[in-house]
Amino acid sequence: MDSLLGRISFIALAMAAASSALAADAPKSIRIGYAISLSGVNAQGAATTTLPGYDLWVKDVNDKGGIMVKEFGKRIPVEVVAKYDDTSNAETLLRLEEKLMTQDKVDFVLPPWSTGFNLAVAPIFAKYGYPQLAVTANANDEEQLVKQFPTLFFFLNQPMHFGAALISVLDTLKSAGKINDKVVLLSVGDQFGAEFAAGFGAGLKGSGYDIVLQKSYPLGAADLTNEIKEAKSSGADTFIAGSYPPDTFMLAGTAITQGYNPKVYYTAVGTAFAEFGGAFKGKADGVFGIGGWDPNLPGAQDYYKRQVALTGHAPDGWASPVTYASLQILVQAIEKAGTLDRKKVLDAIANDGPWDTISGPIDLKTHIREKQWGVGQWQNGQFVGVSPSDMAGAQPVMFPKPAW
Amino acid sequence: MPVIEVIFGGVILGGLYALVAMGFNLQYGVARIVNLAYGEFLMTAAFAAFWMFTLFGVNPILGMFLSVPAAFGANWLIYRVLMTPLARRARTRDQLEGETILATFGLLFVLRGAATIAFTANDRYYDYLGEPLRLLGFTFAANRVLAFATAGVIATAVWVVLQFTRFGVALRALAIDPVGAQLVGVDVRRLSALAFACGGALAAAAGTLVSTFLSFNPAIGIEFTMKALVVVIMGGIGNMLGSLAAGLMLGVAEALCSYYVDSGLTLAVAYALFLIVLVVRPRGLFGTA
Repeated sequence: MDSLLGRISFIALAMAAASSALAADAPKSIRIGYAISLSGVNAQGAATTTLPGYDLWVKDVNDKGGIMVKEFGKRIPVEVVAKYDDTSNAETLLRLEEKLMTQDKVDFVLPPWSTGFNLAVAPIFAKYGYPQLAVTANANDEEQLVKQFPTLFFFLNQPMHFGAALISVLDTLKSAGKINDKVVLLSVGDQFGAEFAAGFGAGLKGSGYDIVLQKSYPLGAADLTNEIKEAKSSGADTFIAGSYPPDTFMLAGTAITQGYNPKVYYTAVGTAFAEFGGAFKGKADGVFGIGGWDPNLPGAQDYYKRQVALTGHAPDGWASPVTYASLQILVQAIEKAGTLDRKKVLDAIANDGPWDTISGPIDLKTHIREKQWGVGQWQNGQFVGVSPSDMAGAQPVMFPKPAW
Repeated sequence: MPVIEVIFGGVILGGLYALVAMGFNLQYGVARIVNLAYGEFLMTAAFAAFWMFTLFGVNPILGMFLSVPAAFGANWLIYRVLMTPLARRARTRDQLEGETILATFGLLFVLRGAATIAFTANDRYYDYLGEPLRLLGFTFAANRVLAFATAGVIATAVWVVLQFTRFGVALRALAIDPVGAQLVGVDVRRLSALAFACGGALAAAAGTLVSTFLSFNPAIGIEFTMKALVVVIMGGIGNMLGSLAAGLMLGVAEALCSYYVDSGLTLAVAYALFLIVLVVRPRGLFGTA
């Protein structure tokens, strides 16, 4: 699992440690473990957003010789001693997390993928006192959850904030008379789509928009031509879809072939994937999507290049960089606490921020990362954050979306 | 939107369902193997098309001249190595079906696992002919129309072979009555292997066509296997014309439902149609008792 270089430097460090009196008690490595979906329905999401970040982080930390732990007076490399496949099955995941904490006795457990799985394992992390930096999770009751589980940290906005961020973009355009008040709202027929449609729908109506077409389609639909044709004839200037990656791609492909060019075109999960820009090239410009990032932050471009070089997989413009950022926080918190004692590291994560990351400074005092991107847009081949517009690095909106 | 436009859209989708089902039908109806790993071959061909297109710029339709024969060979080999012992051992058709279901179920996981390791679980998509095409006054996606046309050509070719060649007659005889076929000099083992291989070749063709307009990952196989199973049973096991008709019917029903009723109900409509056919004609639309 480690690179050869990592192993060699690890052995060298271990030998150096053996001859050093001070480090007699130091562990030879910081033991890391995780259980995540390597197979099954969640495997795609985990492979896109989470796993490349884990691999890159291990390499980056060990290239520097490890994490500086003051109580041992030296750098200690990280070692992934257990990497389990939960097979996209929540019960399997629960069992594996217990195993990591009670049998493998790893020092830190990296979180699984998806909201549902992170919430499912939150009680276990809390029971054994492991910090849970749950990046790929969000819920409307985050504030209550972090009270219930003091080891839990959220990095993504509550679903309603994503709606608010988009509506603020629309409001600006509408009040300038650039778009009409008609909106098309599609959604994929599963829990994500239902919550999306409910949340966005209520927000849109509350802000005086007229939803002229609202439809949901099944997950894995083979054809969305009819939906696009209906949207085209609806007279709405704004197209919003609470979509998942396969349909995000299909909607764009179909809109291109049907010559459907609404002034505002927004799709949800998958829009921020590097593959989206790769597949549609210049045609992607102007497309809005959930998420966003600021490629001009210190370290961001370099992170992008390192991940591509290591994994051959470009990070997305939403949760991928945040995943890496969450691990940067873990390293800094360990160094600040000067120990591998999880209780102290947990306190440090919460109280000693804001932390420097490739996603900008992150403060976790409330256990919830507050300020973040809600809406991004493809601009000149990059998916950049545009809303909330008071975020540092927010780009002006490209309007109207150029014809495909 | 006029109803005729909706129906055209459905026909284009249904043509592909029909192609997917015909390959499955050759394996199930003729070689008597319920190949649960059928969709995995489709997925593998989709990846082959993706890599050839993105790495070497090979036109997916031309790429089929490589992937389809390769799939033919691989499936022939699978039949000879994996299925022949089962076929030899089985005393009845039912026993053969039961045992091959278990064997191909295992094969499904082997292929999917290998693909996940080799290609990662990421969704893949490439843009090939994602352009509008005006046809009879309506606009369709060029890649979907091309897929439909290719499926039509392949289906016609399969039909001609089955209807007008000695090989085809032998295959049909095998589908209807394996014992009788053997009595009149049909080499059952050899022909079954060929039918199975042809089925795999059609899966590869379907996988290539699907990859031009759907995103895919190593886990998509089972969806297509299920759809193929539904279409084959609806159309009648061993009946290629039945698969064609049932595939088109399913595509049109889904399109009509998504436009006039609700997009969320397309799956329900597909299975409702399946149930109705099963109740009214248990041996399928074109099945013989």
